[in-house]
Amino acid sequence: MDNRPLEYDYTIAKWFMLTTVVLGIVGMLVGVILAWQMAFPAVNTFAGEGLAEYTNFSRLRPLHTDAVIFGFTLSGIFATWYYIGQRVLKVSMAESRFLMFLGKLHFWLYLLLVAAVVVSLLLGITTSKEYAEFEWPIDIAVVVVWVIWGMGLFGLIGIRREKSLYISIWYYIATFLGIAMLYLFNNMAIPTYFVSGGIGAWYHSVSMYSGTNDALVQWWYGHNAVAFGFTVPIVAMIYYFLPKESGQAVYSYKLSLLAFWGLMFVYLWAGGHHLLFSTVPDWMQTMGSVFSVVLILPSWGSAINMLLTMKGEWQQVAASPLIKFMILASTFYMFSTLEGPIQAIKSVNALAHFTDWIVGHVHDGALGWVAFMIMAALFHMAPRVFKREIYSKSLMNTQFWVQTLGVVLYFTSMWIAGITQGMMWRAHDEFGNLAYSFIDTVSVLQPYFTIRAVGGTLYLVGMFLFAYNMYKTMTSSRRVEENELQNASPMGA
Amino acid sequence: MDIATLQAYGYFFFTGFLVVVLYSYIYHLYSSQKKGIRDYEKYSNIALHDDITDPPIEEISKNDEIKR
Repeated sequence: MDNRPLEYDYTIAKWFMLTTVVLGIVGMLVGVILAWQMAFPAVNTFAGEGLAEYTNFSRLRPLHTDAVIFGFTLSGIFATWYYIGQRVLKVSMAESRFLMFLGKLHFWLYLLLVAAVVVSLLLGITTSKEYAEFEWPIDIAVVVVWVIWGMGLFGLIGIRREKSLYISIWYYIATFLGIAMLYLFNNMAIPTYFVSGGIGAWYHSVSMYSGTNDALVQWWYGHNAVAFGFTVPIVAMIYYFLPKESGQAVYSYKLSLLAFWGLMFVYLWAGGHHLLFSTVPDWMQTMGSVFSVVLILPSWGSAINMLLTMKGEWQQVAASPLIKFMILASTFYMFSTLEGPIQAIKSVNALAHFTDWIVGHVHDGALGWVAFMIMAALFHMAPRVFKREIYSKSLMNTQFWVQTLGVVLYFTSMWIAGITQGMMWRAHDEFGNLAYSFIDTVSVLQPYFTIRAVGGTLYLVGMFLFAYNMYKTMTSSRRVEENELQNASPMGA
Repeated sequence: MDIATLQAYGYFFFTGFLVVVLYSYIYHLYSSQKKGIRDYEKYSNIALHDDITDPPIEEISKNDEIKR
């Protein structure tokens, strides 16, 4: 045994950083293809008529959503967990061979799962439940991977030196528990082949719930996938990375605790807003609306806490592109957590439901908040795990502005498209006859679909800049000493 | 009273109960800070001083000994 001083072991964090970048590009590339397909239907056969089965909108759409949720975002969550977890618990993965083994197993099984998902979705094998498309054999594997992550998570907490769990850890625990519960219940399914005595394919299934109940469980899951995949773990990240990068203590730690418990109590009840004006009981719809509005409080509790953390230090926003990414992320968090509740109000929803405004809302949250925060996290981690400075500050700045422009084009075009669409659908003449047919709306919306596709393309260009910057950081940037890594991340010109 | 009415009452009072719990928690946080029972704000430093060589903000063993 040599007497090397103890260090944090970032092996698994590094691996997940890699999948974050790769799957981010894949997921967003598919998204951009879809956006162009919406604007120009001929793009559906961009790879030729023969491959149209694999390249059409409906085949690619779940690949886009699942790649960005379970590929990009989840990889980002795991990468940051294997980084933040060690640091705030003050214990190294290197101290436990078992935890290290679990972490590696976690990564490789996750990668296998990703491959299985990509293949099965491209082949059109799906349960047809949104964000829960995976068939039962994959679902079982997902549960195994999740449990392995959980064992690693609680294992690391078990051997910690720091008694108190930093607020980010609470959020990671909530991510683990929340998704575990949601995923299990929503994916309860009956494998038809085995129950029917050999009819159909062995991997097919039907949901264990039916009709309205199925819809309710699905949107309890669907909305909380946003909660525990797109909000809770991303809040975990910003509570660590913003204070760390800026050198400022969290403005109010008590507020962070309060916002945490507020979010936990409120979020789970809001899913009903996806089913307004449907066949679910009216009181449940009202509950969905009310809880969605209440949700503003804990969401803004965290977001304002982050902005106030920068109190007196706002010059850092101008000086550091990394801080810029995080401040924009937290601003978009505030923005989309106000927009969501507005859309959940029944009278607004009567107009907004099924329109592109909803798509706009999802993307200002996902692109502006989730992806910006994950990229900022990776930028902060890179110099620490690779022991090299960030390759290019100016490239980061360029990426920031290209992507910000992309998000703005995306959500503004979808706002206009969505509200136009909603107004046209409900317009009628004095006798109550509908004024427009569906195709009338499509031809009016086409220019906005094009703007959206341009916005998405700009965001994807930014992703390539990000990937290039990360690659150069990893391979050829200036090496840095430990004392350069205290707060603000070192960056090359 | 049918089951739906019972559910509605149950739901109403449960919501009220949660509101009380939430406000008690806020009171608890701020009063324990004020009375000096626990300094919550120091936990922010867990993120700021997180090198493996940094002393923990609250060490496990030490803290267990002085447990109230």
